[in-house]
Amino acid sequence: MTNSQLIASTAPRVQARTLTEQEVHDIEHELTLYPDKRAVGLEALKIVQKHQGWVSDESLLAVANFLEMSAHELDGVATFFNLIFRQPVGRKVMLFCNSVSCYIMGCEQIKAHISERLGIDYGETTADGQFTLIPVPCLGDCDRAPVMLMDGEQQRNLSIEKINEILAESAERE
Amino acid sequence: MTDTPLTKNIDMKREPFDFGLYRHAGGYDGVLRMLKEMAPADVLETVKNSGLKGRGGAGFPTGLKWSFVPTGENAPKTKYLVVNADEMEPGTFKDRLLMEGDPHLLIEGMLIAAYTIQANTAYIFLRGEYLRAETLLRTAIGQAKEQGLLGKNIQGSGFDLEIILHTSAGRYICGEETALLNALEGKRANPRAKPPFPQVSGLWGKPTIVNNVETLCNLPGIIRYGTQWYKDLGKGEDAGTKLFGVSGRVKHPGCWELPLGTPIRELVDGLAGGMSDGYQLRAFLPGGGSTDFLLPEHLDLTLDYDVIGKAGSRLATGTMIILDDHTCPVGMVGNLMRFFSHESCGWCTPCRDGLPWVDSIFRRLESGQGQESDLQILTEHLEYLGPGRTFCALAPGAMAPLGSALKHFRDDFEAHIRTGACPWQK
Amino acid sequence: MAKISVDGIEYDVNPENNLLQECLSQGLDLPYFCWHPCMGSVGACRQCAVKQYRNEEDKKGTIVMACMTPASDGSIISINDQQATDFRSHVIESLMISHPHDCPVCEEGGECHLQDMTQMSGHNYRRYDFKKVTHRNQNLGPFIGHEMNRCIACYRCVRFYNDYAGGEDLAALGSHHHVYFGRHEEGVLENEFSGNLAEVCPTGVFTDKTFSAHYTRKWDLQTAPSICAGCGVGCNTAPGERYGTLRRVVNRYHHDINGYFICDRGRFGYDANSSKQRVGKALYRHGQEAEFKPLSSLEAKRQFAAMTGGDVIGIGSPRATLESNIALRDRVGVENFYAGFSDAQFDCLQEVLKSLREPGLYCPDVRQIERSDCVLVVNEDITNTSARLALAIRQAGRNAATDLANEARIPLWQDAAVRELAQNTRSPLIIVSPQGSRLDDVASATHLLQLDNQIHLLQAVAHAIDPDALKPTASNEVDEALSSSIAAQLCQAKNPCLVSGISAESPALVKACVNVAKALRAYRKHNSAEQNPVALCFAMPEANSLGMALLLETGGKPLRAALQRLASGSADAAIVMENDLSLRTSQTALAEAMAGGVPLIVMDQLHNRFNEQAQLLLPSSSVFEQHGTWINYEGRAQSSYQVFRPSEDILASYERLSALDPMQECGVSSELIMQEFARANDAFSALTQLRPPRVGISASLKSPRQSHRFSGRTAMHAQDHVHESQQEQDRASALAFSMEGVMLQKDSSLMASPWSPAWNSNQSISKFQQEINGELQQGSKGELLCVRQSTETAYDAISAKRDEKLTCFIISQLFGSDEISANAPAIQARSLGPYACIGQELALACGIRQHGLVDITTQTGRVQLPVIIRRQIAPNCIGIYPANEVDKYALLLGEITLQAVPDEDSHIASSRAMFDHLLIKDALAREA
Ligand SMILES: Cc1cc2nc3c(=O)[nH]c(=O)nc-3n(C[C@H](O)[C@H](O)[C@H](O)COP(=O)(O)O)c2cc1C
Ligand code: SF4
Ligand code: FES
Repeated sequence: MTNSQLIASTAPRVQARTLTEQEVHDIEHELTLYPDKRAVGLEALKIVQKHQGWVSDESLLAVANFLEMSAHELDGVATFFNLIFRQPVGRKVMLFCNSVSCYIMGCEQIKAHISERLGIDYGETTADGQFTLIPVPCLGDCDRAPVMLMDGEQQRNLSIEKINEILAESAERE
Repeated sequence: MTDTPLTKNIDMKREPFDFGLYRHAGGYDGVLRMLKEMAPADVLETVKNSGLKGRGGAGFPTGLKWSFVPTGENAPKTKYLVVNADEMEPGTFKDRLLMEGDPHLLIEGMLIAAYTIQANTAYIFLRGEYLRAETLLRTAIGQAKEQGLLGKNIQGSGFDLEIILHTSAGRYICGEETALLNALEGKRANPRAKPPFPQVSGLWGKPTIVNNVETLCNLPGIIRYGTQWYKDLGKGEDAGTKLFGVSGRVKHPGCWELPLGTPIRELVDGLAGGMSDGYQLRAFLPGGGSTDFLLPEHLDLTLDYDVIGKAGSRLATGTMIILDDHTCPVGMVGNLMRFFSHESCGWCTPCRDGLPWVDSIFRRLESGQGQESDLQILTEHLEYLGPGRTFCALAPGAMAPLGSALKHFRDDFEAHIRTGACPWQK
Repeated sequence: MAKISVDGIEYDVNPENNLLQECLSQGLDLPYFCWHPCMGSVGACRQCAVKQYRNEEDKKGTIVMACMTPASDGSIISINDQQATDFRSHVIESLMISHPHDCPVCEEGGECHLQDMTQMSGHNYRRYDFKKVTHRNQNLGPFIGHEMNRCIACYRCVRFYNDYAGGEDLAALGSHHHVYFGRHEEGVLENEFSGNLAEVCPTGVFTDKTFSAHYTRKWDLQTAPSICAGCGVGCNTAPGERYGTLRRVVNRYHHDINGYFICDRGRFGYDANSSKQRVGKALYRHGQEAEFKPLSSLEAKRQFAAMTGGDVIGIGSPRATLESNIALRDRVGVENFYAGFSDAQFDCLQEVLKSLREPGLYCPDVRQIERSDCVLVVNEDITNTSARLALAIRQAGRNAATDLANEARIPLWQDAAVRELAQNTRSPLIIVSPQGSRLDDVASATHLLQLDNQIHLLQAVAHAIDPDALKPTASNEVDEALSSSIAAQLCQAKNPCLVSGISAESPALVKACVNVAKALRAYRKHNSAEQNPVALCFAMPEANSLGMALLLETGGKPLRAALQRLASGSADAAIVMENDLSLRTSQTALAEAMAGGVPLIVMDQLHNRFNEQAQLLLPSSSVFEQHGTWINYEGRAQSSYQVFRPSEDILASYERLSALDPMQECGVSSELIMQEFARANDAFSALTQLRPPRVGISASLKSPRQSHRFSGRTAMHAQDHVHESQQEQDRASALAFSMEGVMLQKDSSLMASPWSPAWNSNQSISKFQQEINGELQQGSKGELLCVRQSTETAYDAISAKRDEKLTCFIISQLFGSDEISANAPAIQARSLGPYACIGQELALACGIRQHGLVDITTQTGRVQLPVIIRRQIAPNCIGIYPANEVDKYALLLGEITLQAVPDEDSHIASSRAMFDHLLIKDALAREA
């Protein structure tokens, strides 16, 4: 391999994007809370995700540059955590609890219903970009199982009817 | 005096007490007295004498844990208190109640703990999905700060405390206290080797105490009413009250504060109203997903750390999960195995590579494709992933329901293999 | 000392270590993956489990990880316990659940730690019958192959690459059963030590890509102990050959020098040996003829004899063996023998040699550098000139952590725990340099100064340490604050260490460093509890820089004298041995010398600009093709052994030179040259001890270069004939070109490739160490040649003034600056053409744009170079990377002026593509 071939085959494909003012502001606030820049990595990724919906490679690089840390190391953190999305997600993310109490209370039937209604399985997004379905570990609401967290709201005592209501409501609001 | 110190202010039908109401109900009284009258060593002594055991799962005596923090001239100046609010154990929903129900109680508890170990910075490590708790805690911290109960030179005592709320991004392993520290430092949340314990080298290498939310919520009562009161709260061998929850097919699932030493039956048949109509109790996990199944015959045992321990399980988080006769035990345990397998951090071999194997076997069993040899392999994993074999307690925790299920529900496992289908799937 | 019992047998152990390390030290077999002898324990793989008993009464015992358990006095453990054995077999079984069945096509096969441990742990039937987890691989550049499916997640790669070597572009990604070790995006692995991944990885995930390209199983490689000729550190290597081509180079453990790790120049530079640039045949041209004509080896000998009959001068080389330099001098006579390096280097080396004899100082070996608790690096870009020393300096930073850990009573082998405790606490590393460097991330301070100002600062530091040291003239307040802070840190340290080099070719700099060391010596004598000597070392650019300097002390003159003679035509012929003189002096000076018309005989391995001018060009053996002696930066003489015989046209220079009778089959052996020389020169007498005295021993008692599993001996030449060919004879060493002989089971003095029953991978080295990380049993450590004198010398007077005028400094690149390795294809893929670096201010002043072109005018000419604007460049400095093309001696001489070449976006674009590869961390963004 010559130098130029090598450059062609392994040149970086993505460039960092520019963080928005709001993102920078939020990250800078976090920086005041920790004695070490790198401790803010996860927070910063969450901030970016809050504003962008997910963490693209461009965002990852931007955060790494901002915190003066290795993008590779940061990606190691990003890919470790369940709630950092390294792929685009829908406008509404259904964090669906599939842990034991919800299982006992029949969450699998409800998941099957969602999948049928929306045509998506875990980890998938509807074609219209509206919903993404993601399983999460126990949401700590086991006395009101089955539950899911969507749009910042905990939906409890889920039933097929309730799911239909929720979907109908979302459709209305669109 | 009260006999429900943890929940006396809690009514989930309304907003939690703000600073004024909390103060009005006698909140922060203990702390104010402590700051005036007690030296850190006195508080430590009090907490030691109270017999308080950690409510995070392991039940380790809180005072004893604190006493390992180095003190004196040569001890590092910076120390940290960290609240473990990462509640993610399957079937566990007690810390949420406390944080959403009475956030100032936690702050008061943190003040006491931080003062004792002389930590000037405290982090609350809150699981990312607890959005309401996040909002409420932020407000409460702001109020406490405004009222001069947090910040520099609190109430002229010379003691400083800053509380910082950290929200995580969803990994069960972050609840393991050393993994939690790595996560707080912004690293991958693999657990750390112990020793050294966090009390000696914890967050950023500094002495650190990690306590569960509920543990800390016990402190205001102890300081305010004293150790004797606290001990008397307990009905059995252990001191104090504890939150107990019931989920599954019972009439009224929920979470209540009860004295330690209460018979299980009072909880399940009393408060939770017994089994839902048409359902029978087959077994239950007494304290979350990492405990061993107990059977109906154990209902008369009391909710004490040792009593449950002797029965072959653990009190752990005290939130029980009921297995009814309409639910496939293989499916239920399979669900737990999938959870643990997915939540393994990937650091040590037995857990990282053993649990997926166990999980795969469960998927096969559930689909009716299981083989006799599968049970042999599952059994081998019990020891292979047992206590002391793995780097942290996640995998041994996973083996608890598995081991007891293989013992109690062997017939069900075999039925799946024999009939080539799940008997519960009609 | 403590006593422990393992399976009923008592052993004396060191209680500061862990049980795994101590079991291995005792020669016991206990499998492991995540533990590494020099990276400590993290307890991840769980493969090293043993049973531990509380006391004699305890019959039940508990399973513990040996690597995470201290070997404390009275420990009772069992490796053979059934429960422990069962557990270990479970661990290996589950490690293997997703491992592919690809051993037959895997480069690691036959030297795979995973294979060994699988055998040792007793797993041979796969019960797991579900889908395996599979991964996508990444293109990691020209050095390292990536096959993630083979991963067993021991975390060694990231622990080495990030924690140990300071790399930033490899990470553990994902989690649970899906952990992945790679980059966030594919691309060239940046770290200079990436090649060690191939050795650190216990399986075939990270492999040597250049080796894969012409792969041979380990057992089929012919190997011999060798020394890396890439720079002056003298790392020990084990090159392997088959079918007449060199296939790879791996690390060879040396306790004091390279330990377990070598740099990527040393590992991947070997392929220059088979490169297109190789001089394969003797070439000759008559008088003014343009074309070379090839000569047979006999014709070459005749021609050589004919041309060297009269008054011949010889120019030696710091990159040739000591033997060849001696032979050249013997051949031409002392009065006709000249140094093979620049005159300034000649002067520098004299000063370096003085410092090596100065009492109260010592020249630290690599391991001693690691132990220093305060390092001052002056001028030298160590990572690019003597990379292995930079790796050691990086470790030195951890000594502060060691202190903290000792206080907190955390054993040092608890690797992660010690790092978590220490966080960013590091021992001071102060860098004084014209440019930022790859050590900046661990430096406590980097002071960017041009050379004269560095010298000035050093004088001020010496004076601040010891008022008797001459005070520099005209120092200002900044100087004083800075120098006294540096002085204070050096004085506080228990083991301060000064590291510099001769890249700047400045004798004043060397003297100034020595003065600081002397000042510290004085300070410690009077004021400090620490009485041990002060560490001072100078990186050497070439494998025999110091060897040549030492040799010259016994006779020889500087290069300028040779050039004068050549210019005046006062010789019948000149032999230039393994030396590209265009890199030793300015083009003008060289052209003048050549104009003298003295017929030129050049012996070299590779074609280069200079040897094109020869009348007779003779092919020389490389370091791999001859026996030789090399003297590293410490003055340590080491032997390298011939790995394989090159074609008959290629000879070691000393063979050619010492064959008095041109018709004689082969020249005098290196051994004889060395012995004779050592006897004649007292200073070199230690050289007689260098090699195991086995010459003359009957062939069957020699040590084999081939493994006992070496295959194909009867088939290798089957296309030519069906006879079993006669094995080549090696009369010159105790090694044999064969698989017969005395296996080196316990003696590592001649061992290139360690092997021990059940240990086929490089981890078998533990079987040859006195203890883990200890000396090799009967290993050859080499001989230190410079003896400290008893009387201290006074401070050297230096005339250096602070200077603000524009100056030029020369940049070195690990991949490209070394002439030989620069010709290896893999290295070429990582190297660049010449370029210049300047700081922002200067760029603005001259109107130079990032990646634009600059026109540099010197007294003798001008050159145009693409520019990179960096944050970390001393004011008024321009760094030039000459890439062995630009005439650096012209640049270093006299005034230079800069001018921006009018910007054409096209050349900006083209140089930008080139710079994308340079991986300079402090380069300013493109827009700037
Ligand atoms: C896998 C794992 C998960 C855990 N999760 C939690 C948790 O979510 N919350 C918690 O308080 N403790 C959790 N623990 C226990 C903690 O490690 C630790 O023992 C506890 O926070 C100590 O607090 P305490 O002394 O107040 O009980 C977990 C332990 C393990 C091994
Ligand atoms: S048992 Fe091992 S892999 Fe599992 S969570 Fe703990 S450290 Fe991680
Ligand atoms: S070598 Fe001991 S756990 Fe890996």
